[in-house]
Amino acid sequence: MPEPGLGEGAIVARGLTKVYNGKLTAVDHIDLDVMEGEVFALLGPNGAGKSTTIGMLTTLIKPTEGRAVVGGYDVSSQPEMVRRTIGVVPQEYTADEDLTGWENLTFIASLYGIPGAEARRRAQELLEMVELSRFARTKVEAYSGGMRRRLEIAMGLINSPRILFLDEPTLGLDVQTRTAIWSYIGKLKEEYGMTILFTTHYMEEADLYATRIAIMDRGKIVKIGTPRELKESIGGDVVTLAVDNQAAAVELLRSLGVDPREYEGSLVFKLRDASTALPELIRALMESGIQVKRMEVSEPTMDEVYMEYTGRRLRDAQASSEEMFAMRATLRRARS
Amino acid sequence: MSDRSHGPLHGIWAVANRELVKWYKVPFIIGMSLVQPILWLALFGKAMNLGNLFTASSLQIPGLNIPSQVINEIGRDVMLRIFGTSDYFSFLAAGMLSFIVLFMSMNSGMTMVWDRRLGILNKLLTTPVPRSNLVIGKALASVIKSLVQATVVLLVAVLLGMQFGAGINPMDFLGTYAALFLLSMGLSSLFLILALRATSWESQMMIMNLVNMPLLFTSNSFYPLQMMPWWLRDVAMVNPITYSNEAARGLLLATPGVNIYLDFAYLLAFAAFFTGLLAVMARRMLSR
Ligand SMILES: Nc1ncnc2c1ncn2[C@@H]1O[C@H](COP(=O)(O)OP(=O)(O)OP(=O)(O)O)[C@@H](O)[C@H]1O
Ligand SMILES: [Mg+2]
Repeated sequence: MPEPGLGEGAIVARGLTKVYNGKLTAVDHIDLDVMEGEVFALLGPNGAGKSTTIGMLTTLIKPTEGRAVVGGYDVSSQPEMVRRTIGVVPQEYTADEDLTGWENLTFIASLYGIPGAEARRRAQELLEMVELSRFARTKVEAYSGGMRRRLEIAMGLINSPRILFLDEPTLGLDVQTRTAIWSYIGKLKEEYGMTILFTTHYMEEADLYATRIAIMDRGKIVKIGTPRELKESIGGDVVTLAVDNQAAAVELLRSLGVDPREYEGSLVFKLRDASTALPELIRALMESGIQVKRMEVSEPTMDEVYMEYTGRRLRDAQASSEEMFAMRATLRRARS
Repeated sequence: MSDRSHGPLHGIWAVANRELVKWYKVPFIIGMSLVQPILWLALFGKAMNLGNLFTASSLQIPGLNIPSQVINEIGRDVMLRIFGTSDYFSFLAAGMLSFIVLFMSMNSGMTMVWDRRLGILNKLLTTPVPRSNLVIGKALASVIKSLVQATVVLLVAVLLGMQFGAGINPMDFLGTYAALFLLSMGLSSLFLILALRATSWESQMMIMNLVNMPLLFTSNSFYPLQMMPWWLRDVAMVNPITYSNEAARGLLLATPGVNIYLDFAYLLAFAAFFTGLLAVMARRMLSR
């Protein structure tokens, strides 16, 4: 029996909170409403609480406080119904390396109670879709990173879920593989009309594939909106100026009501109606004897949106998270 | 999503089956785990056959000319009275069945630690298999492995000259397997409970090594209760291995003085208690 009371969406959370060991607040009273059929992205730096959020929504982690309803079922009181409704592709690899890709898929199918013949048909279909048919009988330990990711996605889809959770589905993969993975996800979406919630460190992925994005920082959701809304929300275009006397330029710009930041030897600031306002600014700078050596005006990118709301460049986050992923993989190898 | 029926046993066999597939893929490990009990059989059972202590060749006292037949008779009598059988090798072989079951069952905890370390557990926990069935499936796999290995040990023992009691029938074997099943179920559950939150296989190994020998030597696997000092006998009386040994010897060797109902009652209680505890604790402890 679906649980009434929270909201209409495929994924609804109210005041969802996780405190680890009574002291570390990883997720801090978040509210979410993901509609049926949406592709929803959670963006945020390392440790923002994205995986913990997915963990709670997928019944792996018990919320400390608050409620969440997924596919109409409460994650705390009806966890088994939630598990039947969803597919999960966790951040870490979960396939059994001692088994082949085929065996992994049919094993997971059996855990969902899918009868043998249907399981084999699905496994074959999915392996074809993620282009692993040739490696169906190869032990997973011999798979490359990209192959493993693709297998993980196939495993997350074996039960034809209505709602799919993807935690960093493309982390650490090269650009071609990332594009390929997103094309599978796109196909699935078209075929089954699933609701998808994913996390990523790659801004352009959120920008390209998400219908809506939630930016998370330190356990809180700091902003939710469509990519378009987010870009508009930061107020104007982004101007980059290279000048000969930065200190003087900063002072002058501040007095004119803009707030420049230094970034890689240039000044970066937001400006409304840049096409008319910028010439005036330049004139003011020239009149105080400051030379403008280079200038650039751009529509805000997701990168700037991210910077605005989390105070961090995504590129840094991206690098550090790739590093972390590589480290985890090495650690895992060393352990076995 | 499709509406599939999920009975109360949903997933138990699927989980067990995966473990078994992984197991028979590596015959080397299967062979290795048999080395120890078979070595013990050969070493203790054959080379150091206690029965030989009481035979004519070892008991020749110079000057006295006791006919060897008499000494052999006395020896047989002593053996029968203490071990319940005249053949120490058979006595030990029956004990080795529980030995191999103990060794195989201990590994159940290891599969848990590995699944957690390699991330597989995270996948299992997002499927609709109830937490309790997940761990019971693991225990079941461990039980099946134990019984297969026990069969191999039994066959080897027979080849090495194990003598069954007079009038043995298939029911005796069935009963022995039932006793070993219960022992294995209880032990597998116990070691899974210890592994429910464990993340390091080193510490799991430590626990295993810490527990296995004491469990073995505080049971009647090597010598009967009558030969033990009182304090050891008291310990052996709570050790479930004592009861499965009693049952196996009573059924296979027809040793006298075995209360088979008591043995089964104790083993059943042992298995039920730890399996139940495992199911309850899994529901509590497998979510963070
Ligand atoms: N099992 C745990 N026990 C204690 N603290 C944890 C646990 N899991 C995560 N944390 C902490 O909770 C915070 C949020 O972690 P989480 O993994 O949810 O972040 P994330 O946004 O997914 O980060 P990343 O981008 O690195 O995957 C971090 O500070 C992390 O150290
Ligand atoms: Mg994460």
